[in-house]
Formats: sequence, structure tokens, C-alpha cells
Amino acid sequence: MRKGEIVTLIGANGAGKSTILKTISGLLQPREGKVFLEGEEISALAPHQIVARGISQVPEGRRVFPELSVLENLVLGAYQRKGKEHLNELERVFELFPRLKERKNQPAGTLSGGEQQMLAIGRGLMARPRLLLLDEPSMGLAPLLVKEIFAIIREINAAGTTILLVEQNAHMALSIAQSGYVLETGEIVLSGSAAELVRNEEVRKAYLGL
Amino acid sequence: METETTTGLEKPEAVEKWRTHLLPAGLAILVLLNLLIFMEHFGFDIVSRYYKGILILAFINIILAVSLNLINGITGLFSIGHAGFMAVGAYVSALLTLNMGRWELVSSQVQAVLQFPLVLLAGGLAAALAGLVIGIPTLRLRGEYLAIATLGFGEIIRVVALNLNITRGARGIPSIPNYTNFWWAQLFAVLTVVIIWNIVHSNHGRAMVAIREDEIAAEAMGINTTYYKVLSFTIGAFFAGVAGGLLAHHLTFISPKGFDVLKSIEILLMVVLGGLGSITGSVIAAIVLTALPEVLRFLQAYRMVIYAGTLVVLMIFRPQGFFGRAEVNLAFFKSLFRSRVEEEMKSRSEERGGNGGSA
Repeated sequence: MRKGEIVTLIGANGAGKSTILKTISGLLQPREGKVFLEGEEISALAPHQIVARGISQVPEGRRVFPELSVLENLVLGAYQRKGKEHLNELERVFELFPRLKERKNQPAGTLSGGEQQMLAIGRGLMARPRLLLLDEPSMGLAPLLVKEIFAIIREINAAGTTILLVEQNAHMALSIAQSGYVLETGEIVLSGSAAELVRNEEVRKAYLGL
Repeated sequence: METETTTGLEKPEAVEKWRTHLLPAGLAILVLLNLLIFMEHFGFDIVSRYYKGILILAFINIILAVSLNLINGITGLFSIGHAGFMAVGAYVSALLTLNMGRWELVSSQVQAVLQFPLVLLAGGLAAALAGLVIGIPTLRLRGEYLAIATLGFGEIIRVVALNLNITRGARGIPSIPNYTNFWWAQLFAVLTVVIIWNIVHSNHGRAMVAIREDEIAAEAMGINTTYYKVLSFTIGAFFAGVAGGLLAHHLTFISPKGFDVLKSIEILLMVVLGGLGSITGSVIAAIVLTALPEVLRFLQAYRMVIYAGTLVVLMIFRPQGFFGRAEVNLAFFKSLFRSRVEEEMKSRSEERGGNGGSA
């Protein structure tokens, strides 16, 4: 992965997309192989150590803290950051997602699916990651909301955060990514720039439904 | 109530009013009680020994319930071995008191006042150590598995106390000096509530709540979940140990029988009844459940039937406990305890009330 890019992993159910993300963020330990971040091996580190190194994950299915308020959820995202510097991030998140600001005192569990996804992404950003791992941000959302979320992902990336995006919705994913990998049963079968992948016959048939 | 946010579910106003008035009323009663009991120094014995005994038990139960709430309600670790930690604290502090010789420098009354907090602290630390030792291996377990492991731990402590020479087995330890009085019990209960309240409302507390809400998400946020689970468990064990010490020096006799599973369940009951995660709820439930068997004493043999029946009815109609996860309304204290984040947000030109209503 190159700095500043959006890279996407696409593949069918069970291809191992989420597993790769969880391995990078330390929630799972790799059985073989190693994970490197800017030359440093991070495969054996615990999740909290990996967060400290600038990788934050927006887990699949959003996983917001339902009984905590939106604000508390966001503050927890900046959990490892000392002092008050994270308040700048808070302002930025509220700029990206004005909806969250309106609802900041509401328990996160009462938000709609789309708002929860916004909250999950916002929470991930609060750690000011260098690399943001997004696991299926479009899951269970209405098409219009998916568009909105993806526009924001692109905005986040434009502001300098590298993004690794795992997505079932290959069409959307490839439309904002610079490059991508196609996974099948845990193996990378294709890789290339997003434009190349969109043109690839197999990808078109299998994942884009064209 | 302008501070509460709209959750879509409007709470009945009567309940809200009750919550607002409960805390000032409780504090007023506490102040009054202190005055009444203080009068005894001027020769007015207003509160009888019997009532004082119940008050002391209520304070001890508050310590137990609030500390278990930190483990069960705040961090979401289902522990039913609290009596085990209590037993460690009770035995350690009782044995220390009995084996601590006479200090030469001070009179025996002064010695009692000086050594009592020390032995309680030692009992608490011993229990905390037990919590640490038992917590590290068992806290990888979740839900009911952890419950069974902690249940087993409680039984182990009981059986050990039953078989060691130093604990005198089933004969128990008699003639422990009666150091626990209203003031000591009150002091430690207040300290426990204040300390645990502050933990819960700190960054550490937020991490613990995050673990309860979603452990995997908490991990992904960079929270060292193992550390916080063990920390919560150890702190809870510490206060259980202190409560055990207070109880030992109140009853003046301890035996393994007093620290069985039933005792653990009794404490758990207070926590569930008050509302998992609600500290003020635990305090109130501890008082109610201490007083209830006494209030029902006129029913004689039917007493425990009514007691148990009350619990069943309460759980049917209010399964989330008295307060769910909310605290008794703390509008008055909000100005004192406002979180730093909020302060900062406010100073950044915000138009808002507090959000510290729920744990």
C-alpha cells in the first residue's frame, strides 16, 4: 500500500477480506506471514499497541457503544490520545458529519444505521490514524446513504489519511479507490489500479454484475 | 430536567421528580442521622444499639454492592464470587488485629483508632491480591463461563478457610474486638462511593464501560481490555476486602459459613436490584435490602417468603432494577463534577447542558 491512497479489497463472502483487516489491527493473530507498517513488523502486537502506531479500525457492523452518547463514543475513539488535542478532531468529525453534532447527547443505539456508520467512522478518525481500516461501511445501508458515506470516505482520504477499504459493493469501492486487490478463498487472485480492475472481464462478471 | 436528552422514550414525570428529590433527601437523612448519633456524646442515646447495628450493616452492604457494581455493572464482568474477596479481607484483618501486640507508646484506645484503618487496608490489599491472581487467568472467560469460574473461586476460599489451622476451620474466629462503629462504617462507605464514582467518571471508567458495551469495539479503539478488566476486578476485590474487615470487627466472630455462595448472591441481588451500572442504585438497593428483612420481622416465619416474593415481583415489573443504568438525578453535583471534555466543549462556544446523566 502506498501512503495517501485508498486501497480496496474486494471478494465474495468468506474470501478473507475482514480476516485480513482484523489481522492488521491485531484482533486476530496471523497463523503465518507478517504484517509491516512502514518497515516495522507489527504482527505480534496487541490491538492497543497497533492503535498507538496509527492504525485504527472501523469494525464490520459498526459496533458503536449503544448505551453511550454519541459524544462519549467519539471521545472513546480518541482514547489513547492525551490532553485536549483530540478536541480539534472532534470539531473535524462534526464538520464531516453534522448529523452527529445534532445528536451528540443521544445514546448511539438510538441512531439510524447510517448515522451509526457515520459515528463508527468518526470514532475511528478520532484516533487521528495514519491508516484507517474500513470494514464494509456500506453494509445494510440504503443506496443513497452509501453514496453519502463514500463521498465522505473520499473526503477523509483527500485530507491525507490512507484508507484500506473492505467492501462487498465492489462497484462503489472501485469508484473511489486508486488501487485494489481481489481476494478468493484467502488468496489474492488479482491486483492492480482501480481503473484496470473495473475494466477486467472477470471482475466485471463476478463482482460488478456486468 | 433540561439536562436529559430526548431518547425517544419519554419517562413519566413522576419518576423523574422522584429521582431528582431522592439524593438531597438521602443526604438530609444522613446528616440528621449523624447529628442524632453524635448526640450520644452529650448523653442522649437516641438511636438504639439495634438500629445502629442495622445502619452499620447497611454501610457495609453499600461498600459491597458498589464495589461489585464496578465489576458487574460498569465493566460487564459477571462475577459471583464477591463473598470470597470479602472472606479474604475479613480473615486477614481479623487475624492481624488479634495478633498485633500492644503498642507501648499509646493508650489502647488510641492504638485501636490507629490500627483499625491499617488492618482494614491490609485486608483490602490481600483481597485485591487475590483478585489479581484469580483475575488474570479467568478474565479471558466471558459471560456465564466467568460466572462459574468466580463461583468456584468463592468456594475455594471458603473451603480453604474451613481447612486451615490459622483460620480455625468451622469453629471460626471468635472475640474479634468490636472496632467497627457507625463512624468507621460511614467513613469507609462514603470513601468507597466517592472513589468508585470518580473511577467510573474518569477516562478509565469510560474504558470499562466501553468493554461492557462491546469488547471487540473497545479493543479496536485501542483500549487494553485485559488490563482494564483485571483493574476493575482488583479494585472491586479491594473494597470487598475492606467491607469484610468491617464486618469481622462488627460481628466480632467470623466463620466460613458467613462467606458462602448465598452471601455472594445477596450482594449480586443488591446490584441487580439497584440497576447494573447505577452506583446510586446500588447504594439505595443496599439500604433497602438491609432494612427489608428487619422491617418484615413482625411476619416471623413468613418473613423470608415475603422477602423473596418481593424480589420476584420487582424483577418481573422492573427487570432493569430501580434505576437501570441511570443515576439518581445529580443536577446539583453536575456543576462540581462536570467532565473536562464538556468544560472544554462549552468554552468552545457551545450551547448545551450536561451529559453525565448515565454511567
